[in-house]
Amino acid sequence: MSTEERFDAIVVGAGPAGSVAAYCLAKAGLEVLLVERGNAPGSKNMTGGRLYGHSLEKVIPGFWEEAPVERRIVNETITFLTGESAVSLDVKSKQFAQAPSFTVLRSEFDSWLAGKAEEAGAMLACGVRVDELLRQEGKVMGIRSDEDEMLADVVIAADGVNSILAQKADIRGELPAKHVATGVKEVIELPRQVIEDRFHLTEQTGAAQLFVGECTRGMQGGGFLYTNHESISLGLVITAEEFADAEERIVDLVEEFKMHPLIQPLIEGGQVVEYSAHLVPEGGLNMMPSLCHDGLLIVGDAAGLVLNTGYMVRGMDLAIASGEAAANAVIAAKAGGDFSKQGLSSYQTALENSFVLQDMKTYAKAPKFMENHRIFGNYPGLMEEMMVSLFSVNGNSAQPVRKSMLTSIKRHGGFMQLAKDAWKGMRAV
Amino acid sequence: MNKLSIEERLGKDKFAVDEDKPHIVLDQRICAQCSKKPCVKACPAGLYVPQGDGVKLDYAGCLECGTCRVVCVMKGLKWEYPRGTFGVEFRYG
Repeated sequence: MSTEERFDAIVVGAGPAGSVAAYCLAKAGLEVLLVERGNAPGSKNMTGGRLYGHSLEKVIPGFWEEAPVERRIVNETITFLTGESAVSLDVKSKQFAQAPSFTVLRSEFDSWLAGKAEEAGAMLACGVRVDELLRQEGKVMGIRSDEDEMLADVVIAADGVNSILAQKADIRGELPAKHVATGVKEVIELPRQVIEDRFHLTEQTGAAQLFVGECTRGMQGGGFLYTNHESISLGLVITAEEFADAEERIVDLVEEFKMHPLIQPLIEGGQVVEYSAHLVPEGGLNMMPSLCHDGLLIVGDAAGLVLNTGYMVRGMDLAIASGEAAANAVIAAKAGGDFSKQGLSSYQTALENSFVLQDMKTYAKAPKFMENHRIFGNYPGLMEEMMVSLFSVNGNSAQPVRKSMLTSIKRHGGFMQLAKDAWKGMRAV
Repeated sequence: MNKLSIEERLGKDKFAVDEDKPHIVLDQRICAQCSKKPCVKACPAGLYVPQGDGVKLDYAGCLECGTCRVVCVMKGLKWEYPRGTFGVEFRYG
């Protein structure tokens, strides 16, 4: 790279936030450089994962007709797991089609999205690790990669959850272990027909399942399972803070999850074709750095834009909306010739006026609520005990349901505790 | 389906290892003083293995998640992404 060129904007990271930002900027006629450290966009990225389609739909209407999405989710399941039992809430609805969500595999999906940015006129540079932001009197002027320096009016940091750039620039400190979770995933290949038979799906439809309890040994976090066209994404997410006192390695827990009697028949005969890991920013509003700086905007995971409510995990839809909002702010700043924090502040305003920050605020109490270990340790066992007794007939004299349920509740912390947690839970989400 | 060892799982992944420059460097003097060693439990690739008072690390199978960097309370490691073109390359993701 030469130092002669100067771009209107440099976007660091070709994930969904970065590629959408680059796409919108290039479409508006700006000179954009999209820099990616992987050999191809997506090659360093991983999701559970499911993409809620609404925000990309706004940028690229009908995107799923051409994008390499896997399956459209028609079946949502949440399961409380103990060692031997599973109690599930299972929801199938045609209404999910009104705001569709899709399973995705990021290698293919991110390459497609970065390709859209390129088609629109952005320059894509892969295999380039950005080492730091170039700054002059506090204002960001560009980036440095190894010996190369590249200049731009604005840099958009879409460099992911670890956001080394923001950290090196002292915009944010070290990530606290309570604000991030470690996700591990196995992609398990199975024939398309087998997946459709096992999960009761048609050719394009898919299932999304979340698990709470035994799979994390009661630690804060959970399991997930998503159906792709010809594979199943199966894994765990555990809050990083838990590892200080963990008894088992996450490496082993994910294999034990596979062996659970509920999971085993779903993946039987499958072949693991990839094992991956990633951090998830789960601190919510508490971990968000300030997003607008002189010559710099922060988007996506780097901005901490993830929502985990326990029954729903969102990141990519927020990332995409933040990428679009950042691009619009840069376009406005260019029109006004002001790339200062003030000149770029419409980014913050746009996020505040959109679902992005409004939803982050709505669920602001969720991360704190999730620190309650009874959710992961006690309540799956309570669900098991109540439901197994409800459906068991063994010839002993039966107890009235209210009595057996109350006995179970007493054994798992008592009614007042349960009522308190339920109330807090309702207030958190 | 049987359990797979971590070596078997990492064997499914594609890596371009930067032999010249490790992207994670431990300070064994600090690691030796760390009693909990959360990195051992937390690393999704199982790359941190207790050895004597300290830990042994093989950075070659790193999945680049950053977990070790976050859980290391003693600040005993220097962590950066591998140089451009090096490291793990997810084919599914």
